Amino acid sequence: MNFDFSDDQKQLRDQARKFLAEKCPPKAVRVVLDGKAAYDKELWKGLAEMGFLGVAIPEEFGGAGAGHLELCVIAEEMGRANAPVPFSSTVYLAAEALLIAGSDAQKKRWLPAIAAGEAIGTLALFEGKGNPAPKNLKLTAANGVLNGVKKPVADGGIADFAVVAARTGSSGRENDISLFLVDLKAGGVEVKSLTNLDPTRGQAEIIFSDCKAEPLGAAGEGWSILTQVLDRAAVLCAFEQVGGADRALEMGRDYALDRIAFGRQIGSFQAVKHMLADMYVSATLARSNSYYGAWALSTNAAELPEAAAAARISATQAFQHCAKNNIQVHGGMGFTWEFDCHMYYRRANAMALGLGSLSYWEDQLIDRMRKKNAA
Amino acid sequence: MNFDDTPQEAAFRETARKWIEANAPKELHAELSKSSLGRIRLAHHDIVDVGKAWQKKKFAGNWSCLHWPREYGGRGATPIERVIWQQEEGVYGKLTQPFQIGEGMCGPTVMAFGSEEAKRRYLPKLASGEEIWCQLFSEPSAGSDVAGLRTRAEKKGDDWVVNGQKIWTSGAHYSDYGLLIARTDPNVPKHKGLTMFFLDMKSPGVEVRPIKQANGMQEFNEVYFTDVVIPDSQRLGAVGEGWSVSLTTLMNERMSIGARLATGVPEMFEFCSNLMLEDGLAIDDPAVRSKLASWAAKSSGLKYTSYRTISALSKGERPGPENSIGKLVSGMMLQDIATYAMDLQGAAGVLTGNDEETVQGQFQQMLLSSPSMRIAGGTDEILRNIIAERVLGLPGDIRVDKDVPFNKIPTKGR
Repeated sequence: MNFDFSDDQKQLRDQARKFLAEKCPPKAVRVVLDGKAAYDKELWKGLAEMGFLGVAIPEEFGGAGAGHLELCVIAEEMGRANAPVPFSSTVYLAAEALLIAGSDAQKKRWLPAIAAGEAIGTLALFEGKGNPAPKNLKLTAANGVLNGVKKPVADGGIADFAVVAARTGSSGRENDISLFLVDLKAGGVEVKSLTNLDPTRGQAEIIFSDCKAEPLGAAGEGWSILTQVLDRAAVLCAFEQVGGADRALEMGRDYALDRIAFGRQIGSFQAVKHMLADMYVSATLARSNSYYGAWALSTNAAELPEAAAAARISATQAFQHCAKNNIQVHGGMGFTWEFDCHMYYRRANAMALGLGSLSYWEDQLIDRMRKKNAA
Repeated sequence: MNFDDTPQEAAFRETARKWIEANAPKELHAELSKSSLGRIRLAHHDIVDVGKAWQKKKFAGNWSCLHWPREYGGRGATPIERVIWQQEEGVYGKLTQPFQIGEGMCGPTVMAFGSEEAKRRYLPKLASGEEIWCQLFSEPSAGSDVAGLRTRAEKKGDDWVVNGQKIWTSGAHYSDYGLLIARTDPNVPKHKGLTMFFLDMKSPGVEVRPIKQANGMQEFNEVYFTDVVIPDSQRLGAVGEGWSVSLTTLMNERMSIGARLATGVPEMFEFCSNLMLEDGLAIDDPAVRSKLASWAAKSSGLKYTSYRTISALSKGERPGPENSIGKLVSGMMLQDIATYAMDLQGAAGVLTGNDEETVQGQFQQMLLSSPSMRIAGGTDEILRNIIAERVLGLPGDIRVDKDVPFNKIPTKGR
């Protein structure tokens, strides 16, 4: 059994960690947090130069052609650094949708641009409240144009193109949904930025009015493609969440070692030690589930849907748990804007909702386990 | 990343599988498979009798105490081979329960500190199951704080005379030998006045009394010592070095890598899949699904954590600390699951008989037994301390009794 990343992959992780420590310190994250930039353009360029944006994109489309395990280790480091760039929208959602369903021309049009850092992509799925479900989609596609509103769209304010889920039928079934590719810089699109929990990652409302769009994948196949995209993204986001959880745990541990109260290190009090031990437990469970998700993703295994849901649940819980208790360990200082704790707290809670909420994925896991048990 | 055996591992697995196929007591398979959650109930057999028979067969086939050297009754196997064996032994591994303390703790301590003569005399018989060992560490006033133990051993000529009481001793009533830690000097701080011995449990002055547990069962004992004589040749390690000897014992504690700890999740999933509530199946209820999914994700997290440990062993590396979370997570989960299952059963959940409404009371049993999972072998609190101190590097507790002579430490809270 070799249920671990290879030495090369671990080396890539170290390389990414070093790169991000240098190019993406908390100071850089705060430029975006404080609204002085929409995202970190320099970092985005650097990620492209390092080959990180196209690590899982085949060489024929301008990528490094490595694979999803390599993308997982980079994702972990992106989460650890709290990177203020549209990495998940572009790489896990838009690029994966193109890889799964794009025509050769579509792939040629967008994937090399993604790998080069020249195109930001996103998935426009949600329409207000609720979780991913065909019935929640009202935006229509007819005669090659889209009409409707998507909200919230992660990184929608800075994206060059979007994969849009649209209604093309009214049977009430999954095959009512089709996917479209939209050049957001062309006409028929109005983008409004929205304030959100995590200002280091923008959210937008996008209004489509007779907006020209080309189909992505076959008509009526949209929901099935989306499900695959969300499963892949769930695993990749889980790695970001694991990276963030580990960083929050480290911050709490370090503070507990430095801070003196009642004449001793606060990390010597069991109330604090046990809180940190429980954070370690959550983070470890999340990491192990995420490794399983990585294996399923990289081998395109039949177990992917179940593995992705377990990884998503476990990593969401771990990041939320570690981020909130990191603030608790810090006490009053943890509640200041000046300390970095709240950046992880914001990211953890925003990430918990991005691909569908925890309860959505809990539902998915039970459905998928039942399906497996029935088989 | 893959789940495959290396060619050597695959060959070892094949050999083990064939031997088990040819030799295992298949007539017990169904019963052993059913007795989950750490409770073994055999209708027509005594667990010690059938356990001894299986152990003897394994010893003859060279499959007992795999990681021990051959000259002491083992196989000289690698850690990963031991894990593979446990995987293949499967439900028959439950038959090894009476021998686990001997194999995992007492044997390795004798191996590390015993004379060559003692090793050759005792270890092979321990490995063959002919002689069963127990571990005599905990005392009524020394649980988590085991170094606070009070059982006295006093030197009289070439012998030691022991007086005192041990508690929570699993298997003392059927054990032949015991590993005993006792206080030999009460005038020095508590960790410094301890010495390790082993003794014949049939020695005059040893009295074993079963403890009736909160769940109604009797698995542990109290052991009383009244002027029990132990020859100095049965001392393990130097006088006053008992604490460091005991750390060797505890470090060798059987790592539950191959055999997964019970979590209650498969039982709960099946229960919810079949239970009809007023609005339909329990598993279709959003509140039930949410809890069940969280538990399932924890359970799979434990499973893949153990796979990471096995992978490290397979590469010949020392496993990381991640496996230390197993008992902490599964103990609490068992208790939570049992409580929630009964909540779903409603009023009938109070029944503990062979009732159809409660699926023969399996969750009621789980509820009543689960507190011990959170205490035995290190309480939840001690495990959190271990994670905090050894994994995260946080400071140890401030120990007010560390430098105080043992006989000056207060014995009552008020």
